[in-house]
Formats: sequence, structure tokens, C-alpha cells
Amino acid sequence: MSDKKDETNAIGLTRSDYRGERSTLCPGCGHNTISAQIIMACYEMGIPPEKIAKFSGIGCSSKSPTYFLGQSFGFNGLHGRMPSLALGAAFADTSMKIIGVSGDGDTASIGLGQFKHLIRRNLPMVYIIENNGVYGLTKGQFSATAEKGLELKHQGVNPFLPIDIAKEALVGNASFVARSFAGDPKQVRELLKAALSHRGTAVLDIISPCVSFNDREDTLHSYKWGRQHQAPLHDIAYVPTRKSIILDEFKEGEIKEVILHDGSMVILKKLEQAYDPTDKWQALQILEEAEKNNWLVTGLIYVDPNQPSLYDYMNLVEEPMNRIPVKDLRPQRETLEKINQDMA
Amino acid sequence: MIKEMDKEDLLERRQEVQVNDFCMTVCTVNGSGSATANNTLLRALFHMGIPVSGKNIFPSNIKGLPTWFSIRASKDGYLGRVAHDDIIVQMNPGTFVKDLTYDVQGGVVFYGDHIKLPIDRDDIIAYPMPVKDLVKQAGVPRNLQDYMENMVYVGVVAQMLGIGLGYIEDALCSQFRKKTSVAESNFAIVQLAAEWAQNNLEKKDRYWVEPMPPLEDYIMTDGNTAGALGAIYGGFQFCAWYPITPASSLAESMVTFAPRLRKNPDTKKNNFAIVQAEDELAAIGMAVGAGWAGLRAMSSTSGPGISLMAEYMSMAYYAEVPLVLWDVQRVGPSTGLPTRTAQGDLTLNYFLGHGDTQHIILIPSSVNECFEFGWKAFDLAEKFQTPIIILSDLDLGMNLWMTKKFDYPDQPIQRGKVLWEKDLEEFPVEWGRYLDVDGDGIPYRTLMGNTHKKAPYFTRGTGHDEFGNYSEDPDIWQRMLDRIKMKIESSKETLPKPVVRALPGANIGLIAMGSTEHALIEAQDKLNAVGITTDFMRVRALPFSSEVQKFIEAHQQNYVLELNRDGQLHQLLVLHYCDMTDRLTSLSYIDGLPMTAEWIIKAVFAKEENSNV
Repeated sequence: MSDKKDETNAIGLTRSDYRGERSTLCPGCGHNTISAQIIMACYEMGIPPEKIAKFSGIGCSSKSPTYFLGQSFGFNGLHGRMPSLALGAAFADTSMKIIGVSGDGDTASIGLGQFKHLIRRNLPMVYIIENNGVYGLTKGQFSATAEKGLELKHQGVNPFLPIDIAKEALVGNASFVARSFAGDPKQVRELLKAALSHRGTAVLDIISPCVSFNDREDTLHSYKWGRQHQAPLHDIAYVPTRKSIILDEFKEGEIKEVILHDGSMVILKKLEQAYDPTDKWQALQILEEAEKNNWLVTGLIYVDPNQPSLYDYMNLVEEPMNRIPVKDLRPQRETLEKINQDMA
Repeated sequence: MIKEMDKEDLLERRQEVQVNDFCMTVCTVNGSGSATANNTLLRALFHMGIPVSGKNIFPSNIKGLPTWFSIRASKDGYLGRVAHDDIIVQMNPGTFVKDLTYDVQGGVVFYGDHIKLPIDRDDIIAYPMPVKDLVKQAGVPRNLQDYMENMVYVGVVAQMLGIGLGYIEDALCSQFRKKTSVAESNFAIVQLAAEWAQNNLEKKDRYWVEPMPPLEDYIMTDGNTAGALGAIYGGFQFCAWYPITPASSLAESMVTFAPRLRKNPDTKKNNFAIVQAEDELAAIGMAVGAGWAGLRAMSSTSGPGISLMAEYMSMAYYAEVPLVLWDVQRVGPSTGLPTRTAQGDLTLNYFLGHGDTQHIILIPSSVNECFEFGWKAFDLAEKFQTPIIILSDLDLGMNLWMTKKFDYPDQPIQRGKVLWEKDLEEFPVEWGRYLDVDGDGIPYRTLMGNTHKKAPYFTRGTGHDEFGNYSEDPDIWQRMLDRIKMKIESSKETLPKPVVRALPGANIGLIAMGSTEHALIEAQDKLNAVGITTDFMRVRALPFSSEVQKFIEAHQQNYVLELNRDGQLHQLLVLHYCDMTDRLTSLSYIDGLPMTAEWIIKAVFAKEENSNV
């Protein structure tokens, strides 16, 4: 057996080149699994860490960007306002891969507005919601994704219906919507790779149990419930651009391919039911059914690889804007003389 | 007693003929399209070489409520507001009676003869104008009739005051640049109306205009346009904004001008981005992100937007992110008077944010200065790695002013302490984002996309050490915050210095800021004429430079004049110079209208009279 430590990826980096600082989150926290899968996805895809920028809001989830990609730029912003921060920064160098990490409090409450407007603009970035139905950092209050009837210590019983983040994304015309479960790391990783290849806002709503405040086995955001009720839409495999694969081994109708903007592909293998993630109506239907039947539907719920992104409307220069030499930033003297003349 | 003195000594002495010196107010309803007509009159006077200013007093409404446009012509060059009218042009029956009360003795009213209301003053001269008949006579299409009625008063007023029709035609052409046929059809009505006035009205009033030497060094525009152009020449690269009166036209001017001025000449691609955000919370978040990543970033808003931006501004201060934020002030608190002017956001902005936050503020007083501060602010923001707030106001931002031509920036763009790959390679010590290498409190920064191994760092609003690492260490917290304070304090002498207008023998100081300058200069001259000699200092930046202290020290009595209830500039001066509070007296008020020289004179008079008792 080879020593994994010495293994390198396509650009000669080891896994530890993608690691961050030691996590200070609770042992067993779903967020740590997700951080690990971000590391693995970026490593396996061979993305240079300096070509990735990390953003987050406030909360346990938003602390996690320090725990992965220690050699990438990062900015831990304000509660619910990671989208605007990431959007402004993204314009400085549109060749960067942007990863945003948020939580259910950060996205579904204070940040709902920015979340929906980010989606509407379709800024190319991966938007991860580490969704555990509870406020962890402030010690166990209900979040807006907590299910009706959830009983929490000190909080009583939640009387309200939850906000479904994937549904919000869909009706907000998101170009990429996925749901996953921290208890299924392989699926998380494949979805992350697809999201990193998508040219638009890729929403990943990942159920990520909070072992300290909301992991009772009969509750919707717990490990046990997730394992018992997970209903994957398909087996998902990400295929990078340069790999050609032979699809003959699958029978017709068993797989669905989606070519992403950069030429890479996701292969979705049919499970019990055929599912077409390019059909928005079907996507809404499956989420509705899942809610009625207590399924934790996971997988690539919806994707439109060709929806125009924010950059497509901006007619931007090719080079990174933050490297434009100063001489190109100030119009010539004659132009001001002309303006003065016109205003005289 | 004071009132008597006002009448005798302070109000302008009326003579038989009053040339190039009057205030004319056009009263219409908003949405009637009078802006073109008013601006035509304004520009015609300007083209005649007569110093002139225009103020639009408008409601928070789109159609149907009263609106007033005051044009002040002043051979002496005074551009501030006056509270009375010499000439009223009345198109609105709804305000007819009340508006007449503002007319001076011997003043004039031109009114549409469809207004069938009695004129209950026998000390003014009234000229009816058959606006509806003339428009019908000219065969104006029905859908344009209301709009064209405004051109009737342009023609009548031009004829009666002696504004040559050539000036009117030029002014129309400059407004309808490429639409010559529209300019022509408007001018036809003007001509018709002027001809009617010539044949039917007998001149009984004293107001006349005459050409003066051309105002060659001057242009006419508004502060928001100037601020936008300033940003464009300052190399702005990212602007995020959310619509709000009276700031919207700043970002909108950028949308107009930036694509013309800031395309790569070869590729025709934009080297900037402008995003209309979903709210001010997002607008400032975007600006912080862009500023952090190395773009010259900005936003523009007004008071309510500033309130929403407080949290990110606090973070930008502590995380040391450069950006430029315009506050075009309107009247608060609350929604307040959204279409009226004020200087009420000074303390809000100075301390904007939670914890110990204190921002650098620039305060332009003229349209020209909006341009200048517009570009300078980016250099300052990047030099000091902190937000720079520019405090404008509705009067300055939205009204048309004659102003000095824009000067091309006299110094190259300075991007502050930024390290790219090569710079990091050669950096003498181990680089840390918040490490004060030079002892000036200003650290070096790297920008997202820098591929050097040592370049990436993690930015956070939480406690951090010199290398950007999370820290709750008491010593580190104190050290970092003290360094930031030192950095901000050190900006004082780099910021625009106060401007002092000194008069020989003055022992009283007048202190003000921003757009009230014009009223202050007029008041200073007129006070001097009646024996109250003052020096006038206009503060242009906070934190205050040493000149501010020296000015206060040099005057036993300093009056601080401003457009807000609580005297916020006075509050800050008292806070900074607590050993000289006895030399500082607040004279402030807020009613939504620009400050007048008359108010200043009265206020200073009252204080001086009391102190002499």
C-alpha cells in the first residue's frame, strides 16, 4: 500500500497543501466532514489553492473556511451578507473559483435576501449551506429550517413550517441546486466537483448534523434520521474534462449525462426512479413529494449549465481587474476638456 | 430693534432699476415638464455671463404636487438661497395665494391667465400670460400642450427681462444636444410668446438683465454628476449602489459616463463594473468585497442607507478595507424630508459602526470640489486602507450650479502599500497583513489572485494578530486598535485643509462646512458692510487638522453655522477642543431648505447684540 501522504495530484500538490487549520468545531460536527470533502474535491480536481477564494458569513458553518484551503485567500464577513462580499471580490479576478460557506441561520433568516439575489444574478460560485436546523454558536435556538414540531432543550416545540432552501433556490431561478447529507461524504464530494465546474451560482444544501444541539435520532437534521431516510435521486459521478470514459457499460435509460460549462460532465446513474435534473418542474415535484413522505432527497436536483452568468452582462476586460495598471484607470486629459466644454 | 436694522441696513437697497440681481421662483406642479424650461432660463443667464444658481424645491412625489424652482441671478456672484422672491412665475393655481406672500415690495408676478384668483397685493406688478391660447395657436399636438406651456413663460420672461432670444436658443440647443428638431419646436413657442409680450405687455417693473463679461472658467452642472466624474477620473473600478433620493443620480451618472470614458481602447471592454444592489446592506458588502480584493470600490447613498451600512463600515474600519462612500444628505431622522437638504449625518458618519470606530470624512462645498474629492478619496482610501466618507447634500448634489471647470487630477493615482508576487519576494521581513513595518500604522496588503506562496491570508472582523490569525489576546486587541487609531490620526495633515476667508481686523470667527459656504460668504461680506468683521473657515475634512485649532484659538468668538438641529459640527469641535468651548457657539437650524445669508446675519446679529449688552 502506498503512503497517501506522498501522493500528488495533477499539479503536483499533496492533500495537505489543501488543508487548513485544525477545526475548533465540536468533534463529530457535520461541518468537519464537509470541510474534508472540500479539501478532497479541490485536491482531486487539481485546482491551485491560490486560484480559490473562500467567503463566509457568521455562525459555526462560517467559521469552517479556516479549516480548509489554508493557502487560499479568505474573508469571513458579516451575518447573512457573505453573498454581497463574495460578489464584490469576484469582480477583481473572474478567473478565481469562489467558495462560499454559510449556514441555515446565515442563509435562511438574515441572509435570505442576499441569497436569493445572488442566485438571481447567477454569480459563478459554489454556495454551500451547512444546514443543521439550529443555531449552534449561540447555543441551540431554532433556525428557520427547523421542522415543525421539533423540540429543543430550553426552546420548547417549534410551531412553524420550515424554509426549504433548495426550494427557495429553485423558485429563485437558480442554475444549480443540489442537496446532500454530511453522512454521505462521497456524494458531497462529487456534487462539490460538479458545483466547482458550473458557471453560475451552484447551491449545495447539505444536511450537516449538529451533535451538540440537534442530533436526536428522530429529528430531521440528525445523522440517524438522515441515514434512515436518505433517498438519493441517482448515483452521481463527476468526470473531468480531459478524461474520456466509456459509457457502454450502462444500459440505455440508466444514466443521464450533464455536460457542464467547462466541458466536464456529471454522470447520474438511475436508481429506483428515472430523474431528469434539467427539468425544473420535476425538481419542484420531487421536493414536494419528499416533504410529504419524509424523504431526505439528495443528489443533483436541478441544473441548467447554460444560463448566462453575471459576468456575461458586464462586458468586462479579460485580465484580472485588480491587476490593471494605473495608467489605464484614468481617462486622458483631453476627455475632461471635452466634458468641460459640453458643460460650459 | 434688530428687525429695524435689517430693513435699513441689511436688505438690498431697491433702486429704480435693478440689473442682474434678483431671485425668480417658478411655481409649477411636478411632472409637468417644467425642468427644461427652468434650466433654459438658468443657462441663458449663465451664458450672458451673469453669476446664477438654480434650486429645485420639490416634493417626494412624481406627479401633481407643487414644486418650485428658484433662480438667483447675482452680479456680485452670491449663489446661496434667498428667502424672498423678486419675480414669481406662477403656473400653479394651488399655491398662487401663498406664493405671492414671498414676493418683495415692487416685485413681479407672471401668471398663467387660466388662474382666476384675485391678487390681493397692490404693491407688486402682475403680468398675465395667455399660456393656453398661445400653445393652441401654435398648433402644438395635444399630448405636448402641457409641456409646451412652460416654454410660454420662458418667452415672456425673456422678453420682459431683456434676455436675448439668442441666449435662449443656445440654452435649448445645449439641453437637446442631438435632438435639434425638438429644440426648434420648443424655441418656436418661446418666440411666439416673446412676440406676444412685446406687443401686449407694458414694462412696469424694475428688473433687467444685461450681459456681463463671459464666465469663461465656469461650467454648469450638479454635484452628483461631478462626484461621478471624479470617481471615474479617480480610477474607480467597482460601484455598488441602491436607489435613494438624493443620491441616485450619482450612480446613474456613472452608468452614463463610465462606458464612454473607461473602456479599454483596443478591446472596447469595460475596466469597471457597476452593480445595482438589492439594498444598501448588499451595496456596502459588495464594495467591501471589491475593495478588499484590490478594486477601487465605492458606493453612494443617503442617510437611511448609511444607517444600514453601519455594520460593514465598522468591519471595513477594523479589517482595514479601502473604499469610498458618498452620503448625499437629506433631512432625517426617519424618512424625514427625503427631497430636502440637510447637514445632519455628520456625527452618524464620523462614528459609524459599533465599538471604537472613527472614520475619515471629506466635505465638499462646491460642484468643483465634488469632482476633486471624488478622485482624491480613492488615493486616500488606499493610502490609509480605510473607508473614506464623502459628505455631500441634496442642495449640492441635485441642483445645478455654476462652478469652476474641472481640473485634471494633478497627481498620479496612488494605490498605497500593495504587494504583488515580486514585491513579496523582495520584502525584507516576514510579511503579515497587519504588521506595521514602517512605523506609520499602515501595514502592507496582498490582493486576491496573488500567486505567491506567502500572499494568501484570512480576513476577519474578529480579533486578529499582525498575521491575520484569530486572536482573543487582550494585548493584541489593544495593540491593533491603537495602531488603527494612530493610522487614522496620522491622516489629518494629508486630508484637504480648511479654507479660510480672512478679512482684515476680524475678531470673530465663522465656522461652517459643505454647501452652506455660498450663504456664508455673502453673509460675511454683508456683516462686514455693517461693521461686524469676521473670518470664515470652511472645514473640509475630519479628523480636524491643526489649522482648525489655530483658527479657533485666533478668535475670541467662533460661530459654528450648520444645517441641523443639534449643531453636530459644533459638538465635534467641542469634543476635540474641550479647553476652548467658551470660544465656540453653535448657530444651527434645520427646515429642509438651503441656508440663507439672511438667516446667518440675523443669527450672528442676535448673538453679538446679546454679548454687547
